[in-house]
Amino acid sequence: MASQNYYDPADLKKFGKISDWSKELGDKFFDYYGKVFEEGALTAREKSLIALAVAHTEMCPYCIDAYSQDGLQRGITKEEMMEAIHVGAAIKSGATLVHGVMMMNKVNKLEM
Amino acid sequence: MLKEKKQQQQSLHKRHSELAMANNQLEKLSNGIFANGELPTFSEKIKESNQFPLRPKKLEILQINVGYMCNQVCEHCHVDAGPDRKEIMTRETMMQCLEVIRNTGAHTLDLTGGAPEMNPDFRWFVDEASKAGIQDFIVRSNLTIIRANKKYYDLPEFFKNHNVHVVSSMPHWTRGKTDKQRGEGVFDLSIKALQELNAVGYGMPDSDLRLDLVYNPSGAFLPGDQASMEKDFKKALLDDFGIHFHSLFAITNLPISRFLDYLIASENYEDYMYSLVEAYNPAAVNNVMCRNTISVSWDGYLYDCDFNQMLELKVASKIQHVSEYNEDILNDRKIIISQHCYGCTAGAGSSCQGAVTD
Repeated sequence: MASQNYYDPADLKKFGKISDWSKELGDKFFDYYGKVFEEGALTAREKSLIALAVAHTEMCPYCIDAYSQDGLQRGITKEEMMEAIHVGAAIKSGATLVHGVMMMNKVNKLEM
Repeated sequence: MLKEKKQQQQSLHKRHSELAMANNQLEKLSNGIFANGELPTFSEKIKESNQFPLRPKKLEILQINVGYMCNQVCEHCHVDAGPDRKEIMTRETMMQCLEVIRNTGAHTLDLTGGAPEMNPDFRWFVDEASKAGIQDFIVRSNLTIIRANKKYYDLPEFFKNHNVHVVSSMPHWTRGKTDKQRGEGVFDLSIKALQELNAVGYGMPDSDLRLDLVYNPSGAFLPGDQASMEKDFKKALLDDFGIHFHSLFAITNLPISRFLDYLIASENYEDYMYSLVEAYNPAAVNNVMCRNTISVSWDGYLYDCDFNQMLELKVASKIQHVSEYNEDILNDRKIIISQHCYGCTAGAGSSCQGAVTD
């Protein structure tokens, strides 16, 4: 391996190359991806903010790089970006905590 | 920190920065990633789509830069304009320009600077030029000049009386982003100036007094879709300040002068050039502004565009000065290009009139 890191910023530019080894599936994915982000019932701006939030919950550095830049290009403010990330974080922590009910159920079932 | 702040309020020229010299900028744009083959040069790129050499189409826009003096020192300014710049067009050169304006086939006259209003002969020039009956007479006003000094307070009325089309910079609808790029307090002054322009009829729905805004990104990224940005700008400026305007022009920052300095200092230069090259759009090459524009500098020399003017790349023609202007001879020239030209062909393309493709 030439790179000493698992993640290399330069790899983001090579994303399209995944089609080289599986053209049909790669092409279908990128067509789908492009279509998803077009203006629809949601604006492209709203979609960019959703993508940014998910990029963080998925902890994908490539996606964070791409959608921070995309947000700036769309004139999205820092405050809007940070709020979107909090939405992701709230769901992420909520998802952890709501499993607490599972723990409680289990404990209640086992305990005398 | 204080020194840094002070430096930011001065032009590259005043700071004796290496990048104040056009040669050094051109060298930077030709070396590194473009010399080692990592990225194609602009001429290589347009050769791929058989668009080399780039040649003019019919002349439509005559753009005249009446001086580099400005009341602002914007971080991204490609002119390196500021209060310390003394290059100002003389009345003699203006008279030569008027001769051209009276005889040109161009439908648009576009006055720019610096802050063009700071030229002491600005009003005389507008008065004379407006008599030539050019279809679209643009003045690029930075807005804050209207509030900078009492002597400028009546500019909205003056523009109106001469049926001038006002085009003004407004990098964002929020104070923070605007002031960061253009200087402390610029946002509030710009809002006030826009309200005053609206008050005399500029930018109002159905008004013939055209007021357009220019958006350029406040950082190392490309502008988003012009139509969506216009929608966002219109909503925010109307909701927050009751301001109306007609169109928004989304303009890409070209990697020259102060913006180039910023790109290098912030270590964004290579990534930015990559973004420009990746976003290259051959369709935009057909409509780049250098193909329908002639740019005249404060001292009367002729250039393919305002950017080439700042890079001191005079037109490749035996006619190089407004005093010997001949549209037919000028139109038979090759346009001078370098890597900064990628800024005008990225995405939907970019010109002083905004995007160049739908």
